[in-house]
Amino acid sequence: MSTATEKKVERKEFQSTGKMKAVMGKYFTELTQGPEQGKKTAWCTSVGPAELLRALGFNVFFPENHGAMLGASRMATDLIPLANAKGFSPDICSYLTSDIGSYLKGESPLQKMKLPGPPKADVLVFNTNQCRDVKDWFQFYAREWDVPCLGIHSPVGELSEPMIEDVAKQTEALVEPLEEVAGVKLDIDKLREIIDLSRQCTMLWKQVLESAAHRPAPITFFDGTIQMGPAVVLRGTQDAVDYYKLLVDELNQRVANDEAAVEGERFRIYWEGMPIWGKLRDLSTQFMQLQTCVVASTYCNSWIFEDLDPADPFRSMARAYGSIFICRSDDFKELYLQEMFEKFQIDGIVYHDAKTCPNNSNCRYQLPQRLAERTGKPYLIINGDLNDLRLYSEEQTRTNIEAFVEQLAGT
Amino acid sequence: MKYFCGIDIGASSTKLVLIDENGQIVAKSIRRSGVNYAEASERCLEEALSAAQVDRSQIAASLSTGYGRDNVPWSDGKRTEIACHGKGAYHYVRDRLTVIDIGAQDSKLIHLDEQGNRINFKMNRKCAAGTGAFLEEIALRLDLPVDRLNGLAENATKDVSLGSFCTVFAATEVLSLIRQGETVENIAKGAFHSVVKRIIEMGAADGQLVMTGGVAAHNPLLVQMVGKAFGQDVFVPPHAQFVGAFGAALFAREESEETG
Ligand code: SF4
Repeated sequence: MSTATEKKVERKEFQSTGKMKAVMGKYFTELTQGPEQGKKTAWCTSVGPAELLRALGFNVFFPENHGAMLGASRMATDLIPLANAKGFSPDICSYLTSDIGSYLKGESPLQKMKLPGPPKADVLVFNTNQCRDVKDWFQFYAREWDVPCLGIHSPVGELSEPMIEDVAKQTEALVEPLEEVAGVKLDIDKLREIIDLSRQCTMLWKQVLESAAHRPAPITFFDGTIQMGPAVVLRGTQDAVDYYKLLVDELNQRVANDEAAVEGERFRIYWEGMPIWGKLRDLSTQFMQLQTCVVASTYCNSWIFEDLDPADPFRSMARAYGSIFICRSDDFKELYLQEMFEKFQIDGIVYHDAKTCPNNSNCRYQLPQRLAERTGKPYLIINGDLNDLRLYSEEQTRTNIEAFVEQLAGT
Repeated sequence: MKYFCGIDIGASSTKLVLIDENGQIVAKSIRRSGVNYAEASERCLEEALSAAQVDRSQIAASLSTGYGRDNVPWSDGKRTEIACHGKGAYHYVRDRLTVIDIGAQDSKLIHLDEQGNRINFKMNRKCAAGTGAFLEEIALRLDLPVDRLNGLAENATKDVSLGSFCTVFAATEVLSLIRQGETVENIAKGAFHSVVKRIIEMGAADGQLVMTGGVAAHNPLLVQMVGKAFGQDVFVPPHAQFVGAFGAALFAREESEETG
């Protein structure tokens, strides 16, 4: 008789990662030094009109990215209760509660990079395409600092031309008040140039993710959550484009060499729902030990905006940002997921129901069941949260995942 | 004769089963898991070996399951409790079935097809609702040992309900029922009702309904109530509390046959 111990596994680092850290470091340094250099700062939701803000010369800060950093560093666990104590319910978005907790305590992961915390906003700009929590989140800071909070109220459901027209008009209507804060007039050619860069970034990011269609996959969902940094905070810049060219080259190399991200890849999984930021490393290790690769996710794919078009800036932004998965109908979601399962040759699906994100996961109206029936692919639902680890059960999740892989293996 | 060992280290107790080459149970042992799983597993093994008059060297293979499945120094392999409860239950039914396992800290619902392949499964959410821990908490409130609940509930005269999801809140509901002069018998049955509700929320029954685990083994009324809620008979395998360990032993036998 011998011991049933787990195999030791190591995540395969990308050579490009060093460059990514430099690019992200530069972004955060410029961002935090902006105010003293007389640069204005705009806070923007992840799928807000970042291109417009950049074209007006703002430094753009993305609080959701900060939220994810608070989750990944597990600082969120100590900070969320501070926001709860101030009247923010423990049941609402834990990015919001982590970020506000971080503000209240004056602690941020940026300090670990020897930078001051997030810069104060001169203006906050939201898009409700993902959820309305972002508006409530931004309004807290608008009251706190007495600065304007502007935004776009997006429709939910299937996009029609009149809806796109409406969102384009709302975006255009932001120009004037934003010019006032920025103290400059919008240069439409500058906007076109930034949209062009944003589109280039998007297309390269798509190539990064699609490389995982190869067997064995050269990149996992867990790698993707780290590699997506520039696509999230630097879209519309040359730095992001340059970085993803480098990464695509490296991935092409891995594909050519059949180099697997997960050694001995046996099964391929699709991840639907938010990442569990504080547990990425543990989950990534567990899947590697199980020789199972999470090859694709809705989350990482949500930063692909193919509709961006420099020739038609406002309408194409409206179309691109109105077509994200989260604000679509169930019919669309079902078709989209089915196509993803086929493209990535998926063996099974893990749905993460994040307790505090009502828009991303607690809105499933039998979709997993319908898709299982239609595709014959088994699924697992795990309960957890993006940032609030009080809502996560380590043992239950570990056992659920292990049992799911056993099921795929037919035992 | 060769023997195979299955050990199920649960959050509350450790169960061990020894089977022979024909899959017959030759010994079983159980003890509290405590804080040292390696020690609990060693003690369980020694006890079973001496009961069956089997020497350690005669164990051809062993397999561990349960929360402590990674902590058994002498185990040759491991499987989740989902796999082992399914395996153990299928051994008796050999047909399409649904296993409901109520453990000390979690409940599971497992669907297997006619061949014993798993179709899907579900574990309860993070809390104690619908588990043995819930019943222990209620017994504590009623100042009773947990094994008396079934006998009392059988003498209930009316249905009282505990509405809350949360074990702590349900316990406070018990306090208010006591204050209102409700009988212990009725409250005990109310607690069973609460467990049944949490179980039926987990999913539907498909094929033969099987219940495993200590709660099912010791509470026939609860089993009956689950059956009624699903509208079908429930099969409780022999040694229901040991089905996970038995399934693990069957896996050990199967794997040892495969590897020769
Ligand atoms: S979509 Fe979900 S996670 Fe993102 S900001 Fe809204 S509530 Fe929070």
